Amino acid sequence: MKRFLPGSARSFQSLGALLLMTLALSFATPKFLTVVNELNILRQISVNLCLSVGLTLVILAGGIDLSVGAVLALSGAVAAGLLKSGIAFPALGFELQFTVFGALLSGVLVGAIAGLANAFVITWLLLPPFVATLAMLSIARGLTYLWTGGLPITGLDPAFDFLGSGFVLGLPVPVWIVAILTILATLLTTQTPFGRHLYAVGGSERAAYLTGLSVRKIRVYVYVLAGALSALAGVIVTARLDSAQPNAGLGYELDGIAAVVIGGTSLAGGQGSVWGTVLGCLIIGVLNNGLALLDVSPFWQQVIKGVVIILAVVLDRWGARQERLT
Amino acid sequence: MTVSVMLARGVTKAFPGVKALDDVTLRLDAGRMVALVGENGAGKSTLMSVLSGVIQPDAGVIELDGRAIRFANTRQARDSGVAAIFQELSLATNLTVAENILLGSEPVTALGRIDYVRMNEAARKVLDRLGLQISPATRVGSLRVAQQQGVEIARAIRGKARVLIMDEPTSALGREETQRLLRLVKDLKHDGVAIVYITHKFEELDGLADEIAVMRDGRLLTQAAYADMTQQEVVRMMVGRADLGPSVGNQAPSVVAGTALEVRNLSLRHPTRSNDCVVRNVSLRVGRGEIVGLFGLVGAGRTELLEAIFGAHGRRTSGEILVHEAPVRLRTPAEAVAAGLGLVPEDRKHDGLVLGMSSRENAALARIGLRGGLAFLTQSREATLVSPLLQRLGFKGPSVEAPVRSLSGGNQQKVVLAKWLATSPKMLLLDEPTRGIDVRAKSDFHRCIRELAAQGMGILFASSEIPEVLGLAHRVIVLSQGTITGEFTAAGTTPDQLLTAALPRGSREALLT
Repeated sequence: MKRFLPGSARSFQSLGALLLMTLALSFATPKFLTVVNELNILRQISVNLCLSVGLTLVILAGGIDLSVGAVLALSGAVAAGLLKSGIAFPALGFELQFTVFGALLSGVLVGAIAGLANAFVITWLLLPPFVATLAMLSIARGLTYLWTGGLPITGLDPAFDFLGSGFVLGLPVPVWIVAILTILATLLTTQTPFGRHLYAVGGSERAAYLTGLSVRKIRVYVYVLAGALSALAGVIVTARLDSAQPNAGLGYELDGIAAVVIGGTSLAGGQGSVWGTVLGCLIIGVLNNGLALLDVSPFWQQVIKGVVIILAVVLDRWGARQERLT
Repeated sequence: MTVSVMLARGVTKAFPGVKALDDVTLRLDAGRMVALVGENGAGKSTLMSVLSGVIQPDAGVIELDGRAIRFANTRQARDSGVAAIFQELSLATNLTVAENILLGSEPVTALGRIDYVRMNEAARKVLDRLGLQISPATRVGSLRVAQQQGVEIARAIRGKARVLIMDEPTSALGREETQRLLRLVKDLKHDGVAIVYITHKFEELDGLADEIAVMRDGRLLTQAAYADMTQQEVVRMMVGRADLGPSVGNQAPSVVAGTALEVRNLSLRHPTRSNDCVVRNVSLRVGRGEIVGLFGLVGAGRTELLEAIFGAHGRRTSGEILVHEAPVRLRTPAEAVAAGLGLVPEDRKHDGLVLGMSSRENAALARIGLRGGLAFLTQSREATLVSPLLQRLGFKGPSVEAPVRSLSGGNQQKVVLAKWLATSPKMLLLDEPTRGIDVRAKSDFHRCIRELAAQGMGILFASSEIPEVLGLAHRVIVLSQGTITGEFTAAGTTPDQLLTAALPRGSREALLT
């Protein structure tokens, strides 16, 4: 349960920082602590959280995935394109039309395939994850431009848009989706052998291998999961905007890594939690929202976010040292 | 009376929950060696860290040549002539041997570029002094542990060391290298270096140690002339009880019919030179309930043989393997585990354990993913699985939730063993299982191995300590240069016989003269 609940000193720091920020902002502006605004924040972070959860799995296993933003764009575009115009095979003389569910599934499948390609390059061609996924970033973005012809795909089925802008029981649909995913990912990492193996591979790949764990298989799974979750984030973005933008998700990989790191997960692998990433996303979301409400220029917001990342890691390292000494 | 080179007086150091050093006083004189002994966790390493500037004491004084001094870090200590060689190697594996030895004081040309010619020369000189046959231009990462240890020592003595502290420097060394190192320590003594030598091996101290200092529970109990104390007295003092006898000799294996492991014509190709073999045509058999020792010098291929049996070298391995008389294909450790094998690797910190995890998580790691393992993990279910095993092995850590990183070597090894016992293996492979483990934990460990064998498990263990091999095994297989060069029943075999079989061809005669 240690990783599940904010029991360790590390999670406490992130949680403390979040509460402190919330408190400060609610005094600074009356617009902050309102139901509407909080729901707004939750919806804003849901896309980042969705792909950050996948990224957390990859990083816990000792890897990195820079392609999440580009895969998000590709999957969103594929889902939107299939939904709107289907796909034609002139040579075979038939055409396929897609339902909302079929388009959604296809989009997620595209993301999973991109993840599988990453895994192949990393585990079979033995390229470092950084290089492999950097290449995928470029490939997926290029494919997105090819698929869309560089133009947005708009005018989608309202049933599809519901995924992005609908409400169920007073909560935005993306928040529901991401909340369920987060719970599943938390259970996966803390309560299943697969989750434990993930930490073992990230903590010491050689020890994991010599314990008889299938390091390669674990790698493949995390990259496929990261791809699929990025794809789902892409579907959500597309549904919310009612359009697939070829430039969607630009730089999201960095926001994702920021959230993971602020949440106390070590980029060296083996240490951290999905729960920490939730806090990391919330911190970034509250920060962006609060600064916007205070009329701070978006340019300054970027600067402040950078400082927060440094602060988070410094605090985290300090916390880790305290933990080791006890 | 002359002034001591170094004097630690009343040194105290506490970590949260433990008083690691309690009012310790230690005197070091020029040209004399103090053997520092004590069980793991007695405070030897902490004392070493304090003396060499790694950590600062809470109370007490350290004097150098009679003047109180405070080292803020190891750099300052080294500049004052105090060098330490830790058990954990601290080399940059991506750099060459020479670059490591001269790290921080590289000779430069007039243009400010590193002068590799002079650098390699200087390194060569130090290596020659140690009698190490390593090229200064070799990358450290491509060396074996024993050779890396040599480089570490070379780096420590490179400057003008006046005080040299060594923590079990021979634990990774073979017999020949050990002798060489001990000769070197003797030379350093003659040069007037004050030496602190931490060890568990008493046989290394005769003719070398001038004084012996015994630690227990953070206190230094005595510092006396080495000749004045018998080994029994020292061990008794270390352990703090009188009932510790020598480990019991080996009885014949309890007769259980059948073979636990059979290996036929196993060869392991060299990782880079494809027509060369690290292990060549090895065939061996381990009966159920039998303990077989695998003896050999460093570089004989023991580790490689065990890893190859365990599937860790994939397609480079050829030959047949049978577990409980059934042929199995072991291309990965995962397949080996599924077939009922377990491997306790030589380097337990990096290969045997995930250091960031707790004892519970480590001990459960192999079991949880197996068929019939735990599908849904909770702390209590895992604890139910591993606690009885750890208890049976005599685990003495503070709790199974404590990070495995913080445990002593002996307890860490018990966690690794528990990890395999949780999978109910048919056959255990152990590589130097008691390396760096204190006397009591060692005899604990030996007792566990005997119990496991008595229950019908097959045991194949590699060791470079002859007393351990002869004391624990029923049968001994000797490996030299990747092939089997001898097989003995442990009872009635002398150390000389083992050693003769273990020596590489050609040098056998040389040593016997």
